[in-house]
Amino acid sequence: MKNEKSTEDVALGIRRRVFEHAIRNNGGYLSQACSAAEQLAWLYNEELNLGEPTLPMIPKLFEGVPHADNPNYHTGAGYNGPFLPEFDRLFIAPAHYALVAYATLIETGRMAAEGLEMFNKDGSSVEMIGAEHSPGMEVHNGTLGIGLSTAAGLAWARKKRGEKGRVWVYMSDGEVQEGQTWEAIQCCAHHRIDNVKAIMDVNKQQCDGAMDSVMEVGDIKTKMENFGAIVVEVDAHNLNDMREAAKTKHDGKPLIILAHSNPFHSMPILEERFPRLHYVRFKSEEERARMNLSIADALGVDPIDYAH
Amino acid sequence: MVEMVSRPYERAFEKHALANPDVLCISADLTSSCEIDKFRDNYPDQFLSMGMAEQNMMSFCGGLGLAGYRPFVHTFGVFTYRRPYDQLMASIAYPRRKVRIMGFLPGITTPGGMTHQAIEDISVMRSMPNMTILETGDATEVESICEAADSIDGPVYCRVLRGSMPRLFDTPIVVGQMRELSLGSDVLIVTAGITTEEALRATKALETSGVSVRHLHLNTIKPFNAGAILDHINSVKGGVITLENHVTEGGIGSLVAEIMADNGVGKKLKRLGLNDTYAHGGSRAYLMRYYGLDALALTQGVEGLLGQKLDITEQDLAEARVDAVHSLAKAEGL
Repeated sequence: MKNEKSTEDVALGIRRRVFEHAIRNNGGYLSQACSAAEQLAWLYNEELNLGEPTLPMIPKLFEGVPHADNPNYHTGAGYNGPFLPEFDRLFIAPAHYALVAYATLIETGRMAAEGLEMFNKDGSSVEMIGAEHSPGMEVHNGTLGIGLSTAAGLAWARKKRGEKGRVWVYMSDGEVQEGQTWEAIQCCAHHRIDNVKAIMDVNKQQCDGAMDSVMEVGDIKTKMENFGAIVVEVDAHNLNDMREAAKTKHDGKPLIILAHSNPFHSMPILEERFPRLHYVRFKSEEERARMNLSIADALGVDPIDYAH
Repeated sequence: MVEMVSRPYERAFEKHALANPDVLCISADLTSSCEIDKFRDNYPDQFLSMGMAEQNMMSFCGGLGLAGYRPFVHTFGVFTYRRPYDQLMASIAYPRRKVRIMGFLPGITTPGGMTHQAIEDISVMRSMPNMTILETGDATEVESICEAADSIDGPVYCRVLRGSMPRLFDTPIVVGQMRELSLGSDVLIVTAGITTEEALRATKALETSGVSVRHLHLNTIKPFNAGAILDHINSVKGGVITLENHVTEGGIGSLVAEIMADNGVGKKLKRLGLNDTYAHGGSRAYLMRYYGLDALALTQGVEGLLGQKLDITEQDLAEARVDAVHSLAKAEGL
């Protein structure tokens, strides 16, 4: 698709939409927008080779799960374009980043803004934790660690079939606590699956708080290299870093970009909530009002009028 | 004399895979144990080693399925659902990927003990939406399992026998169609897998003692057409007895019980199988005797069901087949 906005503008737009949503709904995945906005903006606006969306701009309501008797079932992959040999696929492994992913679809013209109003509403396909049928999603990734393995299988198959399209995975650093992640990396290296590329949001946060307090994972880069990946570390808020990293040669091995991020980037007031950043629900009206003014000011937008 | 057949899966898989290029042979480090070592050596382009990493293997196969391949996963049944349960559910069952899971060593058909014995696999898989379950009971069913499994529009779990086994049937598996092995009127015996051979031995002795046996063999455990089995239940006077290489909870005994309860059938039901217990390592014959899964257990079960002593002894159960722990086909027995 033609880029109508700069990637910087897309990233700002992602944060702005997630901010608006969180203020209006008295909570949301604000921190994930802080850490991930540039990564997802860069993927969708620059790096991914995707075709035009094949699903309606306003998402369909939930039409049932996969079943032999359900002809209406569909995945949300169509928002990332058709599944054709030349196009890339993207799996968003941490499905709780869905709010940020939906905002990205809107900012890149793949989903209508009304789509976000359907977020976490009963009967909607725009689920809180991205499901297979949610916009931009293609497979279930709700449990962490599954994404890279699925991508590896698809990538192996695409290579065998001679397809040019790559398989990208958006990962979170908490996933390295799951043994499956290491199984997937060694599998890619063993089978020389090098059409897999992943970018991992290394924000050092997880549900219970700071990762080093929940389960210390050590030097992720060295560990991944030992398991057989090519690893590049970047500043997650520096687009040029990511652009350069994606060009890294990785013949016969998967490429994993460790994007070191700040979980309150562009919304410094969130630091008050550290280390409880996983889902920010305002503790009081006073906090909500204060965060509204502070974040709006930091993003350079008007505060949200949520009174009515 | 029953014909014994050696390693029918090996030939069956090769034939099916060569005729279907989108079939892939997936192994989790039990390649010769699952009789696909020759296939690995002869057709490396259609073979993928996944190592001892079942969680990755399941999600990886989900990715292969997304691309239109039909992977056949080969490992021991127990390793296909205990460790990678979440991956099996999320990456294969939910999206209905055409992954064919070949679970070897069902129930107590291994001297490997608890860690190797898939004794609750049917129960687990039955409760998993979108999953089809097939079970093999003889060489002919093993010879036809690949084609049967590959005909399913969605994921399939198969309990597969390996090594040397009897040929009991002369027609291949027809998915959804139970085998009617005898059509008597006193008692209905329902079996699947290795318990069918036991029931065949028991049937002879029971008939000699004057009990008219109706015997059904199941190879399709899910989905299941209740109507057919209801007709059989209604055709016997004395009740129903199930014998399974599985715990009695959630297996074919439960299946029959649910159908009877759902339809208000007021007949007696006796369920034989592992009774809320793990097993331990040992030969198949030893374990079947110890846990009451053999022909003698079945005749005693029928006695209880009918409330009459039949005085059938081990000697009456002729042609007992005893497998050594260390078979010629696989020295380690694993």
